[in-house]
Amino acid sequence: MTNDLHPVDRPADHLENAIELKEVMGLSQGQIVRRRFLHHRGAIVGLIVLALVILLAYSSVGFSFLGLDVPGWWRWTITDLPDIVNSGDPSTVGGVIPWGIHPFGQDDVGHDVFAMVMKGTQTSIMVMIVVGVVAMVIGIVVGAISGYYRGWTDQALMRITDLFLTFPVIVVGAVLGKRFNEAPPWILAVVLGAILWMTLARLVRGEFLALREREFVDAARVSGARPARIIFKHILPNAMGVIIVQTTLLMSSAVLLETALSFLGFGINPPNVSLGWLVSNYQSAFSARPWLFWWPGLIIIILALCINFIGDGLRDAFDPRQKKVPSAKAMAKADSNAAAQTTPMFQRIVGFGRSKRGSSK
Amino acid sequence: MSDTPILEVKDLSVEFFVDGEWIAAAQGVNYTVNRGEVLAIVGESGSGKTQTSMSLLGLLPSNGRATGSALLDGKELIGLTGAPMRKIRGKEIAVIFQEPMTALNPVYTIGFQIVETLRSHFDLTPQAAKARAIELLTMVEIPDPARRFNSFPHQLSGGQRQRAMIAQALACEPKLLIADEPTTALDVTVQAEILKLMRDLRTRIDCGIVLITHDMGVVADMADRMIVMKDGQVVEHGGTVEVFAAPADPYTQRLLSAVPYFGNPNNDYEMPLVDLEAPAVVVAKDLVLKYPKRGKQPEFTAVDGVSFEISAGEVLGLVGESGSGKTTIGRSLVGLQPVSGGSLTVGGIEMRGAKTRTLKPLREKVGFVFQDPGSSLNPRLPIGESIGEPLYLHQKLRGKELSTRVEKLLDDVQLARGFRNRYPHELSGGQRQRVGIARALALEPDLLIADEPTSALDVSVQEKVLGLFHELQKLHGFACLFISHDLGVVEQLTQRIAVMHLGRLVEIGPRDQVAHDPQDPYTKRLVAAVPVPDPVEQRWRREERDRLIEQEGVS
Repeated sequence: MTNDLHPVDRPADHLENAIELKEVMGLSQGQIVRRRFLHHRGAIVGLIVLALVILLAYSSVGFSFLGLDVPGWWRWTITDLPDIVNSGDPSTVGGVIPWGIHPFGQDDVGHDVFAMVMKGTQTSIMVMIVVGVVAMVIGIVVGAISGYYRGWTDQALMRITDLFLTFPVIVVGAVLGKRFNEAPPWILAVVLGAILWMTLARLVRGEFLALREREFVDAARVSGARPARIIFKHILPNAMGVIIVQTTLLMSSAVLLETALSFLGFGINPPNVSLGWLVSNYQSAFSARPWLFWWPGLIIIILALCINFIGDGLRDAFDPRQKKVPSAKAMAKADSNAAAQTTPMFQRIVGFGRSKRGSSK
Repeated sequence: MSDTPILEVKDLSVEFFVDGEWIAAAQGVNYTVNRGEVLAIVGESGSGKTQTSMSLLGLLPSNGRATGSALLDGKELIGLTGAPMRKIRGKEIAVIFQEPMTALNPVYTIGFQIVETLRSHFDLTPQAAKARAIELLTMVEIPDPARRFNSFPHQLSGGQRQRAMIAQALACEPKLLIADEPTTALDVTVQAEILKLMRDLRTRIDCGIVLITHDMGVVADMADRMIVMKDGQVVEHGGTVEVFAAPADPYTQRLLSAVPYFGNPNNDYEMPLVDLEAPAVVVAKDLVLKYPKRGKQPEFTAVDGVSFEISAGEVLGLVGESGSGKTTIGRSLVGLQPVSGGSLTVGGIEMRGAKTRTLKPLREKVGFVFQDPGSSLNPRLPIGESIGEPLYLHQKLRGKELSTRVEKLLDDVQLARGFRNRYPHELSGGQRQRVGIARALALEPDLLIADEPTSALDVSVQEKVLGLFHELQKLHGFACLFISHDLGVVEQLTQRIAVMHLGRLVEIGPRDQVAHDPQDPYTKRLVAAVPVPDPVEQRWRREERDRLIEQEGVS
């Protein structure tokens, strides 16, 4: 034991958890999560496909944002009524060139289906994000407050949550959707968000109940931190994993819910276009023009799948106990690498402990 | 004791696949275990002592592998999988785990779990298996075994659970018993009983025992031979008495000197004189602390009528076993636990009925060092921010000023300044605990409460942290309540020792008096149960203890 109180850099400090630390050396918590996420193949594929879909949807038919109209590169818009070519069949089907004048075909009055589907995809993505954000904010606030304060606050908030849980979401969505029928689609999205936050609130509450008993929260309390600081600075970042994962899952179910509502005619209606509305609109033409049904259906599946893959990847990335079982190939490769090395592996890795001992001899 | 080795380990290595490379956790380990012999494997965390033993049973994690050879009665164990390995597990080699609460399945009775082990290896009728299980429970001295057969793990005390697990391990009369830190989770008095049981059993059952532990006192008490491991390698091998008397390897020497020797404290830590005239920092009078009724759980009185004082600059040790209320007292001193009765003044502030606002000045006068350094630091904050938090909140320090103070504190606890940007998971246990101490000292408190600050640390790290603690106490002169279950540690650092038992203060007095001439019968038992790291002395102490218990039983 050195008795002087001067700064000493002690690289030779015995690290009893050296092997576990090797994988995370020098990384912050966020960097570890990001690294694990980037190693998750399914999630990365999902992320790339989702980005491509978003890019395609917004760039092709253009969009208007805050009164600013951005035109797209596609030749038709959803209001155009060109002549029906080739009896409305998709020009991609049976064609030599994969992209034609109407790649997804036309409906019975001549609307270009590609333009319609792209517009519908925009709506679905917007609904997904708005629902996610609204539900996340309400869920975090309700869950955090009831989990942190417990007692009667918790009781009151949880009974309200129970009340919301008894609402049949489809029916409430249908009623409210009918009420806001003419309004822009984001209003429906906010309404949906306001009835989808309960699972998240429950999870956040559970997480807070567990985290508030941890010693670092006591430590913050002993340091004199106020409740708001403890909640937002100390507990919330530690609960982020659960929140992000649950929100992604919620977003994929929001896409499906919006589709279902619009299909039933209660969600988004003309002049707005959504994927669900397209499906319902073309259900009568199912036998004559099946492609009218397939394209929006395909996009719905792609969106929901991508989000679920991303959510799965995030769940794995946030779970510290998650250990990937190494493949036999990787292990064999490491073996041959080690054989090629002249130094014994042990000395290289746990070397700091040994070299210290060696030098003292 | 016959001389044919029951287990022969030759050149055993364990490796883990991490990040595309094989990393050795243990390398070239050789040892033998004879029938009726106890071999202790000693080492600190990360030395590979548990992994080498688990590799004998094929219980390595999926990214681990073992190479080399281990012969059990001439049969090769390494590389064995599937049914042949299952025949060995439980029957030929049995394991006693560290934490009986998690190693026993909570939804089955202990009787069921013993019967299950028996019937999976022998062709027994349920009745015969039950009879045998009750016989086993009788052997491990569980009171009323026929009734306990139907008890669930949570209905038993910690010591009884560990006895039940020993009964399960012995069910198939294994040739080799691996005991992985069998008493670490238990209180000292219970530990002494379990060790006594294991000693009695080894003369009755004819098996070899591998005892994995970090506790030198347990080794001195139990083992015939010992090997010392460091960083995956065996650095010393020999008879227990010889190794303790004359350790050859420098690491073993360091390890042995780091172990607190109860009744013989390290005199490097001279105690500063206490100014008895100075006003007391803490005055507790008939203090009562209760946990309020929650749901169906009734109100629980954790501390009942405790009175003590801590003078300025004094270090008071508070010892007791789990559930004795010692941590609750520590928490009440910082206002984390409301005072239900009596009176408690800390730094001139009455804690009974204190409000958040009245507690504000107290925060600057009292620091708290938590038990588990892994959990007491926010994993999402760099440690510089954790240390600086009290300064940020109380002295409203920002930017440059704050970072200068944080650097000063890091210097004080002998950590490099670069550590301020690291996250808790990147630090070793000892480094984290130094961060915890730095945070507690940030506001230069008059009183420091240390709640088992070293119980999660290895002995050599513990020695460093205790030394640092002592230096800082001398330098800053704060009063301290040092809470611990380890009498050896408390004796090193304190001037007075208070002993808690079941929520009451049974004895308080000067250090040497409590350690050498305890008055209260409970303190006597507690002191007698502490194992010392010296096989010869420990044998004498053990006999003393048996005599003491006999006397009490008679009287």
